[in-house]
Amino acid sequence: MIRPDAPTLLEIRDLRASVEDQPILKGVSLTIRAGEIHAVMGRNGSGKSTLSKVLAGHPAYTVTGGSVLYRGENLLELDPEQRARIGLFLGFQYPVEIPGVSNLEFLRVATNARRAERGEEELDTFAFEDLVRERLAVVQMDPAFLERSVNEGFSGGEKKRNEILQMALLEPVVAILDETDSGLDIDALRIVAGGVNQLAGPDNATLLITHYQRLLDLITPDHVHVMAAGRILRSGGKELALELERSGYDWVDQELARLGGEPERQPVEVA
Amino acid sequence: MVAAPLTSVPAGSTAGAAAAAWLADLAGAPLPSRRQEDWRFTDLSPLLAIPTGIAAPSGGLPADPWRALSLPAGVERLDAQQAERALGTSLTACAAADHWPVRLNAGAAPATLVLRVDGDGGSLELPLAAPEGDGLVAWRLLLLLEPGARLELLQVPHAAPGHRQLLSLVTEVVLAEDARLNLGCLALGRDDCCLLNHLAVRQAPGSELLATTVSTGWSLARHEPRVLQEQGAARTRLRGLQRVEGRQLADTHSCVRFEGPEGELDQLHKAVAGGAGRSVFNGAVQVPRAAQRTNAAQMSRNLLLSDRARIDTKPELEIVADDVKCAHGATVSQLQREELFYLRSRGIDAGTAARLLQRAFCEEVLRELPSTARRHDPITALLGDV
Ligand SMILES: Nc1ncnc2c1ncn2[C@@H]1O[C@H](COP(=O)(O)OP(=O)(O)O)[C@@H](O)[C@H]1O
Ligand SMILES: [Mg+2]
Repeated sequence: MIRPDAPTLLEIRDLRASVEDQPILKGVSLTIRAGEIHAVMGRNGSGKSTLSKVLAGHPAYTVTGGSVLYRGENLLELDPEQRARIGLFLGFQYPVEIPGVSNLEFLRVATNARRAERGEEELDTFAFEDLVRERLAVVQMDPAFLERSVNEGFSGGEKKRNEILQMALLEPVVAILDETDSGLDIDALRIVAGGVNQLAGPDNATLLITHYQRLLDLITPDHVHVMAAGRILRSGGKELALELERSGYDWVDQELARLGGEPERQPVEVA
Repeated sequence: MVAAPLTSVPAGSTAGAAAAAWLADLAGAPLPSRRQEDWRFTDLSPLLAIPTGIAAPSGGLPADPWRALSLPAGVERLDAQQAERALGTSLTACAAADHWPVRLNAGAAPATLVLRVDGDGGSLELPLAAPEGDGLVAWRLLLLLEPGARLELLQVPHAAPGHRQLLSLVTEVVLAEDARLNLGCLALGRDDCCLLNHLAVRQAPGSELLATTVSTGWSLARHEPRVLQEQGAARTRLRGLQRVEGRQLADTHSCVRFEGPEGELDQLHKAVAGGAGRSVFNGAVQVPRAAQRTNAAQMSRNLLLSDRARIDTKPELEIVADDVKCAHGATVSQLQREELFYLRSRGIDAGTAARLLQRAFCEEVLRELPSTARRHDPITALLGDV
């Protein structure tokens, strides 16, 4: 939902970042207002996950230029945990397995960290169980997953549902969902998309990173951005995604050549 | 309790030399030196910083630290005379009778407890609370499990608050056919105390041993589980967890020997090393020709939390039999960066995230301790509040 008077939640200006001295993001600019759903599309290796990790504060990435304001505050000087507590959420492309740490306890500690930041009381184990059972419904997840170690032995689809469950518990202001649709069968995709739609509201915003139109058939974006070689090449409305679906990404290389930029690097598989 | 760390006394100093002489006299043999292969990584100088003498409260030692111990049905206490035939046999069988920590224990006139188990002995916690006073405290235990008997026993060696002590524990075990023992040792120590912990087990065919040792906080801790499967065909499961920080040292030297076919060993040793701490693991597995179809697995997993900490881990496999399965491995890792980031990205601060991951690492061993160990909240002792 686009409202010109809605407050700006995230303002990314000319963001540049590198990993191991290799520049990956080469000037990304993006403004996200309350109530909006944005989609970022692009080929493998174009820098989408890097953008999400930099926003979440992953220590492997060095910001080399530009700025990110989160509700007017300099996001880049905050620790990852502080970013999460004030309402930034990253749904991981590859959720991490943590053997030996119970999913239930992990969810409770995380939820309480966010609640403390919002001035709400901590939930004890009983109160939290009530809350988590209610939120499980958002992703139609079996409570048995609470008893297991975080993501350990979960299928791809189960891991993604666990991400959305975390989102439902943390009630973020800005949610970045990195390929939450990949690896999902059509039923799981419906469930995940339904969860995201349910959680989207006038006071928060969602940034969907995806390859596929099929997610955007279920979650209608207000803005679509095409990323290539570490920058946003083109932005438009939801029709841009449909156009990509028809004509593919071949025009990207011509446009990059015209801009005189480097071609996209072949991605290295990084989990 | 917070205690000043031991300042290790150089062996050449007068106090150090006097302590070394006193200990050597008691043991009837000089202190092991690092030139001996078995002690290569283990500097014993923290022992020399413990005041000499047998620890005793001002009123003198109580005659028997276990006189008030109530025993479950099936467990009977034997006096020294009744036990004479069995005392020392496990040590001899495990070739440990002349081992220095064992000699030291014998020289210190240890408080001695012999338990015989017939049938189901249930679960027992054995308090090993040191008497007051600085100096050496020695305990000696013998557990005799009759054929088919079972017992769960937790040892909790504990230094007396405010006293600088060297605790010496020697445990002998004899498992007859089909006996089952779950033996735990929860050794939560202090920075101004040392522990020498020796275990010698004889296993008859069909018997099962689970021995779990958890150790943290000692200036110096040395654990020496030795197991002899006298005719093979028994099951041995060893678990160890040791944590060091500051300038602490923890050392586990285990030895499992199979004297007959079809024995099984499943061993996991874990260590967490922070600060300038040092962890040593040496796991000997001996499979002579008679021990065909032995199935042994040994794993050493280590978590290195600081670049000043040090971990030495080494399997020592002597395999002569040809038809055996013997797997072993060792890993040394740091906290996984992606796991830490995942937790932090959910609002969990870096310290809590690190403790959650360490706790998960430790739980794998802690959950094998006899169930009564929970009362002592070992995880908090190991890691502080999470
Ligand atoms: N941690 C990393 N270490 C090394 N290279 C990386 C790392 N993260 C990303 N890259 C590289 O950055 C480029 C962009 O990757 P990424 O952001 O994952 O792209 P996308 O998500 O669009 O597929 C790729 O060339 C990838 O190999
Ligand atoms: Mg990606």
